[in-house]
Amino acid sequence: MRRPSKSALAGLAVLIALPFIIRFSLGGSERYYLHLLIQIFIWAFIYTGWSIMGRFGLTSFGHGAFTGIGAYGCVLLWNYLGLTPWVGIPLSVVVAVVVALLVGYPCFHLRITGHYFALLTLALTEFVRLCIVGLRDYTGGSLGTQPRRYGDGLSIYAIQFETDRVVSFYIALALWLTGLAIWIWVDSSMDRYALEAASQDEEAAASVGIDVTREKLKVTAISAAMCAFGGAIYGQYQMYIGPDTIAGLSVSLNIVFAVIAGGLWVMLGPTVGAVFTQVLSEALRVTIQSTAGLQSAFGSSVLALDTLIYGLLLVLFIIYMPKGILGTLLERRQKKSVSSRIAPVSAA
Amino acid sequence: MLELAGIDAGYSGFQALFGISMSVKAGEAVAVIGANGAGKTTLLRVISGLLPASEGTMTMDGVSLRETPPHKIIATGIAHVPEGRRLFPRLSVENNLKIGAYTPAARAKFVDRLGFVYELFPRLKERRAQLAGTLSGGEQQMCAIGRALMSGPKLVLFDEPSMGLAPVIVAQVFELVRRIRSQGYTVLIVEQNVRQVLKFADRFYLLEAGHIKASGSAEQMLASDDIRKAYMGL
Amino acid sequence: MQCELDIFFLEAVLNGVLLAGLLALLALGLNLIFGVIDVVWICYAELVMIGMYGINYAYKAGAPFLAAALFGILLVALAGVLLHQLVIRPVLDSAPINQLLVTGGVLFVLQAAATVAFGIDFKTLGIRLGSLNVYDMSFSYSRILTFAVASAAMLLLWLFLSRSYVGIAIRAIAQDRQIMPLMGVDHRNIYLITSGIGGGLAGLAAVLMVVQYDIYPQIGLQFGPLIFMICVLGGLGSMIGGFIAAFLISEFIAVGGSCFATEWGYAIAFLFFMIVMFIRPQGLFGGKA
Repeated sequence: MRRPSKSALAGLAVLIALPFIIRFSLGGSERYYLHLLIQIFIWAFIYTGWSIMGRFGLTSFGHGAFTGIGAYGCVLLWNYLGLTPWVGIPLSVVVAVVVALLVGYPCFHLRITGHYFALLTLALTEFVRLCIVGLRDYTGGSLGTQPRRYGDGLSIYAIQFETDRVVSFYIALALWLTGLAIWIWVDSSMDRYALEAASQDEEAAASVGIDVTREKLKVTAISAAMCAFGGAIYGQYQMYIGPDTIAGLSVSLNIVFAVIAGGLWVMLGPTVGAVFTQVLSEALRVTIQSTAGLQSAFGSSVLALDTLIYGLLLVLFIIYMPKGILGTLLERRQKKSVSSRIAPVSAA
Repeated sequence: MLELAGIDAGYSGFQALFGISMSVKAGEAVAVIGANGAGKTTLLRVISGLLPASEGTMTMDGVSLRETPPHKIIATGIAHVPEGRRLFPRLSVENNLKIGAYTPAARAKFVDRLGFVYELFPRLKERRAQLAGTLSGGEQQMCAIGRALMSGPKLVLFDEPSMGLAPVIVAQVFELVRRIRSQGYTVLIVEQNVRQVLKFADRFYLLEAGHIKASGSAEQMLASDDIRKAYMGL
Repeated sequence: MQCELDIFFLEAVLNGVLLAGLLALLALGLNLIFGVIDVVWICYAELVMIGMYGINYAYKAGAPFLAAALFGILLVALAGVLLHQLVIRPVLDSAPINQLLVTGGVLFVLQAAATVAFGIDFKTLGIRLGSLNVYDMSFSYSRILTFAVASAAMLLLWLFLSRSYVGIAIRAIAQDRQIMPLMGVDHRNIYLITSGIGGGLAGLAAVLMVVQYDIYPQIGLQFGPLIFMICVLGGLGSMIGGFIAAFLISEFIAVGGSCFATEWGYAIAFLFFMIVMFIRPQGLFGGKA
């Protein structure tokens, strides 16, 4: 395990102090900026979870199913059985992991890869979304539902914290740090080398005694658990869950795209992707909404303009920068420094 | 007809041909012989444009082949019967022949040429509705040759036509090549089966590790002890 | 839940057959493109959506329906060609997953563009064809028409692929890409033609859907996953496989939907799909995976 560097500790200190910095410098819109940061951290955690699997060539479009299972499981257990999320979240995570393994095992065993894997996992996402919509008596169907508010909305027992943005911020920050810790743990354990060998040449890896299927199942379980957990926390923070915001194909696609934009191969890549996509869509939304000319020309549908630009950027990213923002930056730096230093940048 | 001068070519990070110069005159049958991996197949791939040359000049009846896009080379009169035949297995025999006549000039003469090919290989006519993948090895070679003839070529390139076929069939395949030759086509053939090739080739080139090591008439070849020992096992 | 073998069950089965015509048409376009270019257009359903808006726009502007339909088909065919030229071509040599993702990006773009241009409200052509009543069963004429047109289109495409030079080249290229130059075939042309045909089929599907369904920007997400599932179930690139899979899946949807609720019909279809994939990962009619 590598030691945290000085710059990492300094960065962490700044993040911990961030709510206070915001309070003193941007007092008036404190809630808004905290909200943006919380969203970034929660999604960064989910994206990191996806990447733990995605970086080994397992490009899943099924993670919208896991975030959905996490969020809906937790809320439904609380609303209908009165089960505290302290039990509900672990239960939902277990369900998500079981589903992931049920789908993953045959996939890996039969060596379903590439297009087939992507489309099969896409079917899983769609299946879960349809179940959510179909169980509309409990889930509210396509309109979504809310966790039943407990007391004044700030409760450890009900894991509800939305009313206090500073508390929410620290919860989200802790979540994100946990995600990075899991990444480092997976990175430093032997599984990674086995999997890297496996994702390049499965036959060769199998022939030297690596149980490819088991290794793949391990990362799949971790990845699904993280996404389900992230989905549950997201639901608790938003105090609203809907099939389009936390489950379904658009969530799956958003996860994959943000990670590709940020960079799949480096630890902070998914985080950069979360910052990039959240800030971009917020910035576009604010700019567009405050531009009177656009408003009057397009009316409320102007809101889609940010998605339009976002989509265009994604297309350009995949064509011209397939390693993502952070990946490309690190690669540039590495090329520059390769003459002055002999040791390669470890992250790349 | 075909002139190569100083041709270099290779695959990424590995050069396979070094300064190849050779010529094929109209009406000739020329053989390129050499061991496995000497660059024989690469040479044919370069001529028909499947692999770009990196150096040198290459002309067909005065037309520069290096400046011709790969799919236009067939229009200069070169047809290539590739290694392993490479038929489209899930197309019928007749559709395999039809795609050989894809170029606009060839489409106009499709009916005549189809008749000619069926006359040359009556077996193909019997099997015209059958999927090419279900033909026997010898029939597949007929179909591959027929497909090449459908474009109305002047020069036919053969890449190891005997490869992977049973000994009885091998003799038949060389009989086919000889028949093509007698129809007035110019032939450039690459083969490991030197004995068979020398029965009808006028001239030969010997390729070794990407270089032309020797060339001459078939008689000269048979007279050279070294070549006989190395390639014919005599 | 009324799942008895009565006349309503028969009605559901027959409606499933009618639905299958449309789904088979959609799967055909996607399979054609995959077979030839080796790329999956994740945004295929969004191309259909663009076609629907195009037809709606032309029709509301006063064009007769057939002219509007033709406009829609050409519009989507052009969109297909542009998609290939601008987006697919630069990534033809990249990892397959990047090809998948880049068309996913296009999905977002098209959806958002439609929202910006046409708003989020439902739009309808307002054409009602009525329905055919046989005994106690009822079949809408638009569905019957859809089935007939889709079948005719598939027959025409089959004739084109089995008779014409370009059609045979399209089938040949799916079997052996490398030697196509030896036949004098420029694969780039074939790719463009295939993209145009694939787009045109999506345009035709748009014509058939616009008389049956309301138009809104997210409509692609409703049936897009279904088409992928059908293609994969039949074996990616296998046109016959896609055809049969379309019938299987539509029966699940129609019968399941009539016995339970609509979503359950779909959910059962997806579940069936996943189970089949675990038994035959290469699809029902695919070669080796």
